[in-house]
Amino acid sequence: MSSHEYTPSSKFGKWFNDRLPLLTLANHLTDYPTPKNLNYWWTFGGILTFCLITQIITGLVLAMHYIAHADLAFESVEHIMRDVNYGWLIRYVHANGASMFFLAVYIHIFRALYYGSYKSPREIIWIIGMLIYFLMMATAFLGYVLPWGQMSFWGATVITNLFSAIPLVGESITHWLWGGYSVDNPTLTRFFSLHYLFPFLILGLVILHIWALHVPGNNNPIGIDIKKPSNDTVPFHPYIVIKDIFALLIFLIIFAFFVFFSPNILGHSDNYIEANPLVTPAHIVPEWYLLPFYAILRSIPDKLLGVIAMFAAIFVLVILPWLDTSKVRSALFRPIYKQFYWFLVADVLILGYMGAMPAEGVYLLIARVATAYYFIHFLVILPILGRKERTLNVPLSITEPVLGGMPNPSMAKAKSDKVKINSLG
Amino acid sequence: MKKLLKIYLTTIFLTLSVQNITYSAGENYPLLKQDWSFKSFFGTFDRASLQRGYQVYTEVCASCHSLKYVSYRNLAEKGGPEFSIEQAKAIASNFEVTDGPNNDGEMFARPAKLSDKFVMPYANDQEAKLSNGGAYPPDMSVLVKARAGGADYIYSVILGYEDPPEGMKLDDGVYYNKYMYGNKIKMPPQLYDDLVTYADGTPATPEQMAKDITTFLAWTAEPKLEERHKFGFRAIIYLVILTILVYFSMKRIWSRIETKV
Repeated sequence: MSSHEYTPSSKFGKWFNDRLPLLTLANHLTDYPTPKNLNYWWTFGGILTFCLITQIITGLVLAMHYIAHADLAFESVEHIMRDVNYGWLIRYVHANGASMFFLAVYIHIFRALYYGSYKSPREIIWIIGMLIYFLMMATAFLGYVLPWGQMSFWGATVITNLFSAIPLVGESITHWLWGGYSVDNPTLTRFFSLHYLFPFLILGLVILHIWALHVPGNNNPIGIDIKKPSNDTVPFHPYIVIKDIFALLIFLIIFAFFVFFSPNILGHSDNYIEANPLVTPAHIVPEWYLLPFYAILRSIPDKLLGVIAMFAAIFVLVILPWLDTSKVRSALFRPIYKQFYWFLVADVLILGYMGAMPAEGVYLLIARVATAYYFIHFLVILPILGRKERTLNVPLSITEPVLGGMPNPSMAKAKSDKVKINSLG
Repeated sequence: MKKLLKIYLTTIFLTLSVQNITYSAGENYPLLKQDWSFKSFFGTFDRASLQRGYQVYTEVCASCHSLKYVSYRNLAEKGGPEFSIEQAKAIASNFEVTDGPNNDGEMFARPAKLSDKFVMPYANDQEAKLSNGGAYPPDMSVLVKARAGGADYIYSVILGYEDPPEGMKLDDGVYYNKYMYGNKIKMPPQLYDDLVTYADGTPATPEQMAKDITTFLAWTAEPKLEERHKFGFRAIIYLVILTILVYFSMKRIWSRIETKV
């Protein structure tokens, strides 16, 4: 499969490659040995790259027509929707693209949680991933402000006000962020500038993310270290490429349904009302992908502690590789972790739901319990579980799990399928 | 693969169910649902209804509500009311816009052209408020998209006037509306039988007029809806065919090694 020493066949190629080894890089990317048992949960890396590029390209075109000014922004968006050729398409792809981007990133993150992809030696990949996720949230928030609708304005007011919780300097920081004494034109113009900048920072981090991935290679569903290249691997091209394209197309069909048939269902109707500093919407809610964090923020009665809890919710993810003490990666061989994993998924969904509800009565109570459980999962359950849990026997390789004792029914099924294929072939 | 689809569907379902939560102060009644022709997968606007809706807008709504993002030329564009260019020109010429300054440095009035935006009823928000008891009649260009219930909500509010429930005190110039947020509205009831005379002979009942104006406003909010539906249908057919082809290519490629995809 891949040879470590690559020499281009043509003379020019060799000359060029000796000076700038682009061909070696291309060869590495195509030959890159990938575990052959990767399932469809592993296709979201490619899907996310597609999402980022789509957002950058559509954003570039939107920026040609958008006007970052408090008096003109809302009108310029309507101009894009009505007068720019296919402006409606580009804007709806960009707006729904943000949601699809987050849908994919959540699946990508929860896949890593299930199969233990954050564990040694992949901690740096994971931390870079969390940085990307954090920047994505910042970028999405900044972008949501740009149409200068009611939710834009009031969402910006709520989020920037969080910084006023910082003792002593909080208020000064908030005024500095606003560029004035309230969210206004200076805020909009700087948000536009940063919204343009951040995707390129994300792009840079994505390159580092992939680079860091290519050092140890992919994790895989059974979570074992594999020899590369070997019987357990396939070259990235064409095997993984074609599979990623197939999964991307399925993703695109769902994407297209939103863009063409329900383009506004993921947004809030109030954002089609032009921003008005004198009228506060009845309920200020962020976009769906930020709701779990919003629920955590509101479930703490103290403003400063709420802000700390919200950021801590992301920070526990960053230090997760050291919180989860188990040596076994994949949840397939961790029967108890598997159950807690699904509790966590439910917990985050509940938090998301509570984030959309008014923070009062039983909703607030449930949000508080869910917030507490979120932190308990990472700070208490995972460290203890890693030491106490009796894990199942882990196979020695992907192709020959039988030597490892075939501990798991789902593995047994995989084996019988393979036997069938072998006997046919 | 099945599991993946399941996850997609549940996530989408959950997201949508959260997004659709609406709050309301006051009584909450289920909206009057209409079978809108533009809602479905292949939905298009009812052309005749759009034209009647335009008539209701000009004769009833336009005295208070602006349509500042709509141009007269839009009336003749594909996917809209599709008046002929001549009709649209004639409509525009009924309105007067201020242009200028001319070479003498003077502003001057001239009849509106196709390229002009709909003339607004008031010079500014302050004048609009002053003339409407302190309430600002919202611009209606994107109103259908700016309210949680969409077209059904607009239709319901137009027809939702009733006597207030017992014990409810209403200030002067405030009306009870079953579907309005908070049940109070400053716009008086507008529609009564034969308020307008439709050129096509359709009986002008309040329900008919409400339906026509709502259809018209759904178009002003989403003038590219028909193009979007058509484009979307083609895009999805294309994607489905490509997906099938890629699926078989994938099977072929993976058959080289003894692992199933």
